[in-house]
Amino acid sequence: MPESILLKWTRDGAFRDLEGYRRAGGYRAAESVARGEVSSDQLIEWLVQSGLRGKGGAGFPTGQKWKFIPRAAPVKYVVVNADEGEPGTFKDRTLIEGCPHLLIEGIVLAAMGIGARKAYVYLRKEFYKGRRLLDEALAQARSAGLVGEGIFGSDRAVEIVVHSGAGAYIAGEESALLESLEGRRALPRLRPPFPAPAGLYQQPTLLHNVETLCHIPAVIALGPEQYKALGPPALFSVSGAVVRPGVYEAPLGVTLRSLIFEYAGGLRPGRRFVAAFPGGSSSAILIEANLDVKMDYDTLRQAGTMLGSAAVIVIDDAADMVEIIARTVEFYRDESCGKCTPCREGTIWITQIFDRILHGRGRVEDLALLESVAAGMTGTCFCPLGESVPPSLVASLRHFRGEYERHIAPTAVYASEAAHGH
Amino acid sequence: MAPPSGAPALSAAAREEIRGLAGLYEQRQSALLPALFVAQREAGYLTPSALAGVADALDLPLSEVTSVASFYSLLYLEPVGRHVIQCCTNLSCMLNGCGAVMQRFRDRLGIPPGATTPDGRFTLRTAECLAACEEAPAVIIDEDRWARVTPEGVDGLLARYP
Repeated sequence: MPESILLKWTRDGAFRDLEGYRRAGGYRAAESVARGEVSSDQLIEWLVQSGLRGKGGAGFPTGQKWKFIPRAAPVKYVVVNADEGEPGTFKDRTLIEGCPHLLIEGIVLAAMGIGARKAYVYLRKEFYKGRRLLDEALAQARSAGLVGEGIFGSDRAVEIVVHSGAGAYIAGEESALLESLEGRRALPRLRPPFPAPAGLYQQPTLLHNVETLCHIPAVIALGPEQYKALGPPALFSVSGAVVRPGVYEAPLGVTLRSLIFEYAGGLRPGRRFVAAFPGGSSSAILIEANLDVKMDYDTLRQAGTMLGSAAVIVIDDAADMVEIIARTVEFYRDESCGKCTPCREGTIWITQIFDRILHGRGRVEDLALLESVAAGMTGTCFCPLGESVPPSLVASLRHFRGEYERHIAPTAVYASEAAHGH
Repeated sequence: MAPPSGAPALSAAAREEIRGLAGLYEQRQSALLPALFVAQREAGYLTPSALAGVADALDLPLSEVTSVASFYSLLYLEPVGRHVIQCCTNLSCMLNGCGAVMQRFRDRLGIPPGATTPDGRFTLRTAECLAACEEAPAVIIDEDRWARVTPEGVDGLLARYP
């Protein structure tokens, strides 16, 4: 396994403290930018060359995002999406709890890069420990002159405010997050305008996921070529039916098989791999035939799914696939903000259908009905939440139709079973 | 807007804290979520007078304050127990036996998710993914996160929260 550039900061808690972090080279990247040794233009160019892409789910190229921020605007903001809530994703929490200074340095770099004086961290309310550690680290950084006015002895100022959410998955969607940060219900905004020209308080806003910001010091420390040659590196959250669930750092393009069977130690004794979500519960599930797929943006898109937040949830043969998919749809139903009809009603309809299938009241035509509701939600929802439901539902109906059919009428012989030679 | 007569308004200290929070943002409504948590901490849950107190402290319409408060799952418009249990029921926890853990909580407390024990000690709630999947099944009680919770471990956990 290649050398770690991100997770090394989170081990043992040795770099949680400002002194430990600085002794190991922390804040050197921020210092070089604050002192003008690396210009903002240079920094943006390096980000472009590094191949760094957003780690929150959309995978947008980071350098390009910075270029969208209007330079001349007098007021700009950096907003950090630390509302990690995509099922199966826990890399951001690991970074915040493991090394809050790494995130703070990334924020300071981003603020200097686009010329913002203020940054807000929208932190999930449930991250009680993360909040405490981040507050402590911020206080240390402030008293050492690394955050606030005149940072690193320069004439630059970067203020950071930590803002806790209040329990809403949809607040992780960037425009809903901005609404929530402005003190309203977390309902997604109509786009355009995108946050780059008109985000927080309608001012230009650079919105980044926690992990994305944590990569930036490494891009500067290593230089963009060497950073890119490492994969570029990415964090994968691997969980579910594996022996060693955890966050693993691997080059982008590592195979799904390697993540599950090497990094995460494979499945429990006697258990068989059945399927996995490659990028959180919003990504279409993959099956055994897909195990050698490369975990990168383009390959997974071609495979009909997505890298998303790089959260691999492994399902073994002890689980009931129909129950798994029913649970994911229930989740989206409960977390739907109710703003648009396809998401609000579609998630309710689908959970009602699953409810009867799982309680012995399923009908043969329910499978076609599920497909029809999923099709009605595809491309019609206001934001990605509703769009997250069809991929896995449709994939499960394709790959595990027999399981659905056995729930509906255990004794009947279906065409799909006959075709499989059962 | 004055709180309804007879009900206690927010304390002077809470109002002061809320005013301080408002200073962190360019627009004072941004302080609404943190302000609601200040009021909730003081009143136990967001009583009508607590909501009115927040509306007054931030000079926002009571309807807007109530609307926002009702959107978020960790802002309570009904009384809750002294301790709130959030038992994750999402995929990674489901694949690691959270169903049996939740069942044990239900059996021991004698209440379904969403309810509060008659003695007011515990509120039991389901939670969506707590971003602690490497510790599945994960449970948060008050502000503490507990890892790899088993049904056998439930009694010991409950005993920690008198």
